[in-house]
Amino acid sequence: MKRHDIKVLLMRAPGTNCDLEALRAFRDMGVQAELVQSQKVFKTKNLDDYNIIFFPGGFSYGDYVRSGAIWAKEMEYRIGKELKAFVEEGKPVIGVCNGFQVLVETGFLPGFKGKSIEPEAALGNSTHGYQCRWIRMKKVNKGSCQMLNSVEEGTILQTPVAHGEGRFILPPDKLEQHLKKLYDNDQMVFRYCREDGSPASGEWPINPNGALDDIAGICNPEGNVLGLMPHPERAYYGHLMPTWTSTGLNKYGDGYPFFDSVIKFTEKKF
Amino acid sequence: MNRIVRSSQAFEHYLIDLLNTSDAELKEIGKTLGLGLSLQELQYIRDHYLIKEKKATDVELQTYDQTFSEHCSHKTFKGYVKTPDGTINGLLKTYIRKETEEINAPWCYSVFEDNAGIVDLVDDTLVAIKVETHNHPSAIEPFGGAATGLGGVIRDILGVWASPIACTDVLCFGPLNYSYEKLPEGVKHPTYLFNGVVDGIGSYGNSIGIPTVNGATVFDDDYTGNVVVYAGCVGLLKKDEYVKNVKSGDYVVLAGGRTGLDGIHGVTFASAELTKESEAISRPAVQVGNPIEEEKLKRAIKQISEEHLGSGITDIGGGGISCGICETADKYDLGVSVDLDKIPLKAAKMAPWEIWISESQERMLLAVPPKNLEKVIKIFKDEQTEATAIGKYDQTGLAKLNYHGVKIAEIELKSLFNPPKTTRTANKLAKKSVEPEFPEPNNLGLILKKLLASYNIASKEKVVRRYDHEVKGQTVVKPLQGWNSGPNNAAVLKPLEKSDVGIVISSGLNPRYGKIDPYWMAASSIDEAIRNNVAVGGRRISLLDNFTWGSPEYPDRMDALVEACKACYEIGKAYNTPFISGKDSLYNESPLGPVAPTLLITALGIIPNYSNAVTMDLKKAGNKLYLIGETKKELGGSEYYNLHGYLGSSVPKLDALKAVQSYQNITDAIDSKLILSCHDISEGGLAVALAEMAFTGGLGLNINLNKVLANEKLRLDFLLFSESNSRMLVEVSEENSVTFEKIMDGTTYSSIGVVTKIPRLDLNYDGKTVVDEALSELIKAWKTPLEAPR
Repeated sequence: MKRHDIKVLLMRAPGTNCDLEALRAFRDMGVQAELVQSQKVFKTKNLDDYNIIFFPGGFSYGDYVRSGAIWAKEMEYRIGKELKAFVEEGKPVIGVCNGFQVLVETGFLPGFKGKSIEPEAALGNSTHGYQCRWIRMKKVNKGSCQMLNSVEEGTILQTPVAHGEGRFILPPDKLEQHLKKLYDNDQMVFRYCREDGSPASGEWPINPNGALDDIAGICNPEGNVLGLMPHPERAYYGHLMPTWTSTGLNKYGDGYPFFDSVIKFTEKKF
Repeated sequence: MNRIVRSSQAFEHYLIDLLNTSDAELKEIGKTLGLGLSLQELQYIRDHYLIKEKKATDVELQTYDQTFSEHCSHKTFKGYVKTPDGTINGLLKTYIRKETEEINAPWCYSVFEDNAGIVDLVDDTLVAIKVETHNHPSAIEPFGGAATGLGGVIRDILGVWASPIACTDVLCFGPLNYSYEKLPEGVKHPTYLFNGVVDGIGSYGNSIGIPTVNGATVFDDDYTGNVVVYAGCVGLLKKDEYVKNVKSGDYVVLAGGRTGLDGIHGVTFASAELTKESEAISRPAVQVGNPIEEEKLKRAIKQISEEHLGSGITDIGGGGISCGICETADKYDLGVSVDLDKIPLKAAKMAPWEIWISESQERMLLAVPPKNLEKVIKIFKDEQTEATAIGKYDQTGLAKLNYHGVKIAEIELKSLFNPPKTTRTANKLAKKSVEPEFPEPNNLGLILKKLLASYNIASKEKVVRRYDHEVKGQTVVKPLQGWNSGPNNAAVLKPLEKSDVGIVISSGLNPRYGKIDPYWMAASSIDEAIRNNVAVGGRRISLLDNFTWGSPEYPDRMDALVEACKACYEIGKAYNTPFISGKDSLYNESPLGPVAPTLLITALGIIPNYSNAVTMDLKKAGNKLYLIGETKKELGGSEYYNLHGYLGSSVPKLDALKAVQSYQNITDAIDSKLILSCHDISEGGLAVALAEMAFTGGLGLNINLNKVLANEKLRLDFLLFSESNSRMLVEVSEENSVTFEKIMDGTTYSSIGVVTKIPRLDLNYDGKTVVDEALSELIKAWKTPLEAPR
């Protein structure tokens, strides 16, 4: 499909707050992006009108109870069917930060056997509390996450993280087998890494939250649902990068290839 | 006789007979109703009722109490000050507003008028800025106090129809290692306050999604009893969105959170000294914050302002809706009638006076023309929050309050906003600090590391990282620079998609100087804020003043206040930097004594093209390093003297004319892209600034200290650690050095060394190495103190 025909739905709830930078990135990509209060979506249930759904970061409903939990349950109740159908059509669904938490809470991620009834993972309290800092993450996905296939495997992206609950964890009793599945199914997408690309191995602040196996982002086995804690939308332009005054000012930053790849994939696939 | 009688109404409602009350009776009435009014004010109210020949109601007296409080009426700044040199008729008028008026800057759009100062940005876009204090609540309940402080200042920005884009916070605590044994009853430990305040600000700012991009954290003994929390907010609006046109017939619309029993008598509490009983008595005065509620408000108000649906707006803060409604009516020469029973409550049972003055958070007051009412209410509803029409503006000049159909108050607005002028007395205390004498130490490298590790200089990363400074994707120069997280001088935001203009935010604060000389403390704070702004490329600077002071009822505190205000006028004017907004927090007294006179100066500059912004990290080996400005033996109140346990007397002064010239030249050099890095010299002096530039950039420095221009021959330790004002370090490439020197011609500057690949700070004097430290050691010393696990 043509780029300008691609429609992106960015949903927001009270407390969503990374929506404008995400909206800006999509619009700069030349697609139609709409930011809609989720109550409105719950009424129209018009997910079919869109090609991509993006859940931005923030603190939906204050993240009370558990990060993303309230919004996820509300979504489940109001548009659970429509959302499931959207995912099953293979259309890209992306959640960043709180959006990732929402996708875990709704059961779409890791989604070993499709959407799970209960969350199969969690984004728990970070080891060092809330942290806003720049990190490096390496793309480790081998191809299942097709929307990111224009970003070469092994690419290191610098982006900020800003969260207090982003430590990816799995249930202790199923840890080994779930982790194995994540690798076997090629569900690993981004891992926190050092400057040379070697894994953070849990070392703070290279791994900023203590995530299991340095996991920064994963996808479902089908690859069309993607969640990550770091914020590519906040690294979209070159002037947002942390060292542009010494390394030089480029128009775009490390977040650009992320959005670029998602849009290129959507153009080609649909 | 009992002057206070309960009325026959079913709800709590009292009538107070003020006719022929004696002074003793007035005091008794004030005490019974929990009012903070002075006898002079009570007499004024009594005489007013005498003319009106009627009884006062509890709601009416509470309204006077709120409006006359120091917090709401700023009576010290507006009243008379008797000094040995004559009487000053209003500090605000005589110094601060006069400075602004005389400068008459064309970029000022609305100053000292509204909830925030507003200046031009570019084309039809304006910037609004406000800084508030929330000291008293933070001392009692640090998390809630600091969080609602931030919430309040964000609402100030919403209260001029602006959309908040960034926050600042400046915090002052006692030393974190303060002895628990020495802590008096009722004073909370600095570590407890530090953790609570930092968490509170983080929690609120992060949740609402406004980046905290600039700030400072200061530690001093004087803050042990009086914690200081400044919270600031910057917002954007279009000129045509700044609607101030409330008319008779417009609805009074209360939007946002529900009204409850939190924050009763908050302003009365904020206008009194802290005692060991404050916790028990004033705990209900601290509000409870809910950032998500304010996030919803923010969205709704943005839409209402874009669609021009309101005719006026103000935030509900100190004094509750009583102040918000009465001020609005008075401002537009109107009257107002309000049905208090229409206000949605979150507490089961509230007396009308409590509803009227509650300072529950996340509420905004809008004036809405009848034709837009339905639309406005729907916008709030669509954002999942509430808005209710609770009254109407009219032409009566009265505030008439009803509760379930019963008239419970009728106040003449003119009497409310013309309180009797307060008279304060200012007098110097015959206390002189002395300059210490001690031998010159020989291990200056070790001293440098100790200074880097002192709480006031050490990395504040532990604080800064707890605040989201990236959200909204506009932060071009961040509070911490690069992967080594060095301390940037100021924040630069690029807020508009279609313009390259940047907003530059910086601050200046020198509380220790204030213990020696409040005039030069204020002057130094102004210079520091401007210097920081200029160092990253800011210009066309506007200033905000925030005074945190002791009780104005003591002549010595007043004398210090007069001195500081004088400096604001004289120095601010010399720099051509108008004051556009300010706030005072007085009565910062605790069992440990008064707070150090603390003037926070916030500077708001612009940079025409954000891509010219300069950071403080060294860029390339081989480049030259220049020192701008003159070094003097000015160590009074310095970190260096403090390290030795001294205060001293040689407080840094400044020559404003020289500073203005050199700042102008620096700006020219930045615009000519000649400056690769630039760092202001402040706490810890030259040596600390050199170290910070080096370890942030990961490059070494080879410096010849003989090249440092000083007004006299200085001892080496004084040369390295003096805190003389108006100085900066600048990195320039070898090939641009001639052009740079041409631009700097006529100002005091010298080339003092070169950037090297060797990761060491190498300082030489008379051909001998006097400091030679590995950057890894310096950064470790700097990062360790506040990095310890919480």
